[in-house]
Amino acid sequence: MSLRKPAKNQPDNFEFNSSSLEAAKDIIAKYPSGKQQSAVMALLYIAQKQNDNWIPLAAMKYIAKFLEMPYIKVYEVATFYSMYNLSPVGKYFVQVCTTTPCMIRGANKIVEACKEKISEDECELSKDKSCSWMEVECLGACVNAPMMQINDDYFEDLDKEKTLKILDKILSGEKPVPGSYRGRVNNEPENNRKTLMDLKNA
Amino acid sequence: MLKDKDRIFQNLYNDLGPDLDSSQKRGDWINTKEITDRGRDWIINEIKESQLRGRGGAGFPTGLKWSFAPKEVGSRPHYLVINGDESEPGTCKDRDILRFEPHKLIEGCLIASYAIQAHVCYIYIRGEYFVDGQKLQAAIDEAYKKKLLGKNAAGTGWDLDIYIHYGAGAYICGEETALLESIEGKKGQPRLKPPFPALIGLYGCPTIINNVETIAVVPTILRRGGKWFASLGREKNTGTKIFCISGNVNNPCNVEEEMSIPLRELIEVHAGGVIGGWDNLQAVIPGGSSMPLIPKEKCETLTMDFDSLVAEKSGLGTAGVVVINKDQDIIKCMARIARFYKHESCGQCTPCREGSGWMWRMLERMAKGEASKDEIEMLGDVTKQIEGHTICAFGEGSSWPVQGLLRHFKDEIKKRNKFDPIVKENKNIPYLVDQHLLDKNA
Repeated sequence: MSLRKPAKNQPDNFEFNSSSLEAAKDIIAKYPSGKQQSAVMALLYIAQKQNDNWIPLAAMKYIAKFLEMPYIKVYEVATFYSMYNLSPVGKYFVQVCTTTPCMIRGANKIVEACKEKISEDECELSKDKSCSWMEVECLGACVNAPMMQINDDYFEDLDKEKTLKILDKILSGEKPVPGSYRGRVNNEPENNRKTLMDLKNA
Repeated sequence: MLKDKDRIFQNLYNDLGPDLDSSQKRGDWINTKEITDRGRDWIINEIKESQLRGRGGAGFPTGLKWSFAPKEVGSRPHYLVINGDESEPGTCKDRDILRFEPHKLIEGCLIASYAIQAHVCYIYIRGEYFVDGQKLQAAIDEAYKKKLLGKNAAGTGWDLDIYIHYGAGAYICGEETALLESIEGKKGQPRLKPPFPALIGLYGCPTIINNVETIAVVPTILRRGGKWFASLGREKNTGTKIFCISGNVNNPCNVEEEMSIPLRELIEVHAGGVIGGWDNLQAVIPGGSSMPLIPKEKCETLTMDFDSLVAEKSGLGTAGVVVINKDQDIIKCMARIARFYKHESCGQCTPCREGSGWMWRMLERMAKGEASKDEIEMLGDVTKQIEGHTICAFGEGSSWPVQGLLRHFKDEIKKRNKFDPIVKENKNIPYLVDQHLLDKNA
């Protein structure tokens, strides 16, 4: 299990804005009537998105009322799943996969690059407060190892140099291009493709 | 090597585009009505005849699973749930199906829903695959627009709605009952079985849960016939499978191949060989991190299917092949896997919650050479006390890789960990005494 604690400084109030409210209603409609509790995970995402990528306790209370469920049940869900940030993270939230398949292809170099560019410690904001990083477990792009995720996008086939360049870009406010950084097409064997060649050459 | 015409996922590398038009050119959705017109029993029998086994890790026969759904719909509706919570280290096959072959999955959902009489299907996708989930959502929207979903889907007379439910970074939600808990808006902690989800599943209703890849191959099997699928691979291990080859190989890749392909062919032909040559190979994890590793000597002749890997005390799992060469420290690799399991344990059962942490800490010390000799046996003991003593298969998943390490690399651990805590001068003491008594005598 992982230890997850809510932030010390909490805002007093939280309320969905109009676009969040609309999105929340669409989500609830996906589930049978009376089973609106199913929407709690999606609603926590919406709250996280609205609140600069983290979820304050006030938002959990708000969602509990919104879905007519006990606050503790929302708290349980928010603290159980690792993708809900319970304390502030950077606008650019960098997650580096360091599980074995990435580790044996050099994920520690990516971690080094993050330490150099962003902050010495995990989950600590960079000097300009725009960026933070953390080590995470397998992100499910093992044939593109080593890789990292920045907000929603995957950056694959990295090495230290390429990571430094990507981090430079986000620190200067630019948006780097997601995908493979060795120029390979999706998950095909690089320069060694032996299957479906007719389609490739078509 | 499998012939290109027998590959189910023609667009695995996105040469053609994932949209509906190009999917239809590849044969998706062309005669869905003809398939459903042949009836539920025909569909389930054809899947049974194809001997398709679940692609999510456990390898349970799919046709048999479908036949567990109640024949008549009672007061409770039936549900189909697709497991796309792909989090097993070494596995990234479902992601390619979600983003490049979404229509195979959606059509499979319609046929499977028809077969088990479900009108609602939930596709559970891990939260990290948000971008890929959006691509699937676009494909679903496209299908609704062309009347392939919704009321009278694809002209079959069957109504079906498909919804995506995103996870939020919990590996355990890949376990089917934890996944149901998660859809119900709770912590992803597995349920006791029985009752099995086929009778009491999502919201207490009959529910069939299948992996993304399992459902995505269904339309092709029904079009080309169960016999065709069964003719590939070998008895009880039939058909094709997407293998993910990662780790220390020259060209890590996903590739669809015939079941029972030799491991060596998979690595040398498709993945460009081991970095540093075949002789530099140390071990292979054949089916995602939960499956015990296999040392080089056995890799020479190993074939990749469910039964031949079980014979080697491992398993095909998700077919995520992680190749580890001799440049890597094997104990460290396993310690990292143990850390993964320690992080992902849901905390419900004590043996797993506590034991996964013990295994990790012991392995970390063993990697550094700080463990004592008898701790090696103790580690084996810990794995035995986790395995089989938990609600779900996570206990096995976390202890098997450690057992695999102990089985094949015990000498390596012993070589590194020579520390002996027993005070040698007093070794004639016939029974165990406390350390302070030993000190007094010394």
